[in-house]
Amino acid sequence: MSTHELKTGPLEYRTQEGQMSILGFWIFLGAEVVLFSTLFATYAVLFGRTADAPVPADLFEPGITLVMTFLLLTSSFTCGLAIHQMRAGSLKGLITWLVITLGLGLGFLGFEIYEFIHYAHEGATLQSSSFWSAFFVLAGTHGVHVTLGIGWAVLLIIQLVKRGLTPVTSRKVFVISLYWHFLDVIWIFIFTSVYLIGMVV
Amino acid sequence: MQLDEFFVTGEPLIYGGMVSIVLVTSAIIFLLTYLKRWGWLWREWLTTVDHKKIGIMYILSALAMLFRGGVDALMMRVQLAFPNMNFLNSQHYNEIFTTHGTVMIIFMAMPFLVGLMNIIVPLQIGARDFAFPFVNAVSFWSFFFGAMLFNISFVIGGSPDAGWTSYTPLAGAALSPGPGQNFYLMGLQLAGIGTLATGINLMVTILKMRAPGMKMFDMPIFTWSTLVTSFIIIFAFPILTVALALLTIDRIFGSQFFTLTGEGMPMMWANLFWMWGHPEVYIVILPAFGIFSEIIATFARKQLFGYKAMVWSMILIAGLSFLVWVHHFFTMGAGALVNSVFSVSTMLIAVPTGVKIFNWLATLYKSRIQMTTAMMWSLAFIPSFVIGGVTGVMLGMAAADYQFHNSYFLIAHFHYVLIAGTVFACFAGLVYWYPKMFGHKLNERIGKHSFWWFLIGFHVCFFPQYFVGLDGMPRRVFAILPEWMPLNVISTVGAFGMGVGFVIFVYNIYYSYRYSKREEKGDAWDGRTLEWATPTPVPFYNFATLPEINGRDAFLSMKKNNETTFDEERLEPIHMPSNTGQPIIMMAILAFASFALVFEWIGLAVIGLIGTLIMMGIRSFDYDDGYHVEVDEIKKIERSARGL
Repeated sequence: MSTHELKTGPLEYRTQEGQMSILGFWIFLGAEVVLFSTLFATYAVLFGRTADAPVPADLFEPGITLVMTFLLLTSSFTCGLAIHQMRAGSLKGLITWLVITLGLGLGFLGFEIYEFIHYAHEGATLQSSSFWSAFFVLAGTHGVHVTLGIGWAVLLIIQLVKRGLTPVTSRKVFVISLYWHFLDVIWIFIFTSVYLIGMVV
Repeated sequence: MQLDEFFVTGEPLIYGGMVSIVLVTSAIIFLLTYLKRWGWLWREWLTTVDHKKIGIMYILSALAMLFRGGVDALMMRVQLAFPNMNFLNSQHYNEIFTTHGTVMIIFMAMPFLVGLMNIIVPLQIGARDFAFPFVNAVSFWSFFFGAMLFNISFVIGGSPDAGWTSYTPLAGAALSPGPGQNFYLMGLQLAGIGTLATGINLMVTILKMRAPGMKMFDMPIFTWSTLVTSFIIIFAFPILTVALALLTIDRIFGSQFFTLTGEGMPMMWANLFWMWGHPEVYIVILPAFGIFSEIIATFARKQLFGYKAMVWSMILIAGLSFLVWVHHFFTMGAGALVNSVFSVSTMLIAVPTGVKIFNWLATLYKSRIQMTTAMMWSLAFIPSFVIGGVTGVMLGMAAADYQFHNSYFLIAHFHYVLIAGTVFACFAGLVYWYPKMFGHKLNERIGKHSFWWFLIGFHVCFFPQYFVGLDGMPRRVFAILPEWMPLNVISTVGAFGMGVGFVIFVYNIYYSYRYSKREEKGDAWDGRTLEWATPTPVPFYNFATLPEINGRDAFLSMKKNNETTFDEERLEPIHMPSNTGQPIIMMAILAFASFALVFEWIGLAVIGLIGTLIMMGIRSFDYDDGYHVEVDEIKKIERSARGL
């Protein structure tokens, strides 16, 4: 564990601890890719096995999923702006854009919860068939990730307010930005391979 | 819930188990209190983040699990020795073969190897600790509590009884109600968190914390095997996480993934399980290959033959390990094309493995072999493992597999690779690195007794099983036909021989603790790699200074150039992480949540989960960034350790 701190370059990369944490998190995201791939594969295998429950084409609607996609994609963009502000050294700008990001994320979650309740009313629940089990677990795992990300980011904002921009806090913010963009990528796959295909098949 | 539903009742053997658990626990509590060692236990062990101590705790737990799994095995062998035995009833037998398999793979083989990696890898690459010492402690405690959760099932709630593969629909809620299967699911899930975290931790450590000048292709071969293994862990364990989670949701929340209703697909479980399960067997064999390579090079007193070929063959094996999972169920009926593809990919694995075998033989060729105990385990490994490997190729032929499938031929095959590979490596590695861990060698004479008992017992136990399998004896039956008796009796005798070998091994630990000569310098075996450059006992910061490394067998060239890891001119304060009780508390709370989920007490499980999240929040706000060891203190420690 080196105590030497670089004097130039992005704040989060200046210590060896920072570099190692970021690399470790990239590897963790690799494991997350495998986790979601397994869920996607399960969904693909169980596609169409709806038993007595409604088929997805009857329930999936373009409107709400497009709004959710728009919210999450925009939040990824604002998250990028937050990191841009952090690199520019603006604590205020960073916190502002982070809060906007979380707001968009909460909006996404609200629509997702509404959507799940709506499907349950229409007779498609976790228990109704293997297809719906796979759907709820795949989309739900993504939703749980978003929820955890929001809670985690709130903790980081408190730390930013208390401590300002240091190699440690900026590393933490950088790591959660990686996480947030990753969830966005996963959502793009859910949107295309679950919702778009589900609507037309 | 009634108390007699909570505790397992009606089995004399299990009552005996309960009594011994109570006795051992009270004895430990009494001893700790009597010797006033509670504070010591907490400060030195339970809150430690030191990779060497965590490694020792891994190995101790693994030895305890080897005992547990071994007792399971002996009970099975007693029941199978004669026709019409009434030692275990069918239900109890089902539970025991399930726990035997699960304990041996998940809670014995992996933690034993991870323990050795914990201690040795940072020393081999010249690092002060893991990249993330806190996470390392979290990993250990998640494994530890996972193991405890799984093991407690035989007295509380009942053990799982659907085999270590836990195939659905048998393992689903409809056919296996009750907490048994939930213990399997939650125990593995809890331990799996730690395994994944360790994989990431080791990978970052090896990629980022090597000694100055040490290139990737200068790393000791055990470190290479660890790196490749951590790659497999990172890409295989999430599949297990998902599979376990889906089955848990099936059982507790009524989803339909693997059920017979709601258009569920039970064979999906077999696919997911083995997509993790096959890479898993390479997770436990590649580090074993690494250990043998180190020991053979050291005691053949030669550079390892074909270092680069060794590394590339491990990488190749790691890649292929993800492409063969279907060979575990050729009889599922996936069709000729699918079976052929997986048959070919399976047999391909024999190629890089064969390369490794020839490299070991070439290392031994024309060398002056020192017959130490560690070397004897390694030499015994080569022919024994070849028998296991060749029968594996036989099983890999899809058409022939229809005959071998689920017979004792298969049982003999995987015990030949897992025991002759992994277990021999665990023993060999422990004997070899023992002086580095504890400051004295294990007694060689007793060690050789234990080796011969175990080796001969092993072959007597498992060689006949190939033939009883060809005679048609299926696995997972609790009663044998009379014509299978002679071979089964031989097999049981051999199993007890292995038991004697294990007991002698453990006695050797006690004997050597009492009587072995203490090591005065760190280089117990005239070693070649950096771990032997440290003094014994290893200072908690490992290396005071490191010379510039160029080339393999770094310590060999250090010895030639008269360099040490204590260059007074270049001393600097060393930054170290502080001890913390957070990992054990966090994982204890998560274990509580898992236990509640086993009994489907959702409210309590949610409380436990919230508690875990709170602990993670506390960790997030913890800005303790350790302390510095000052130059004067380093000088004092190094001088006394080196007798200067």
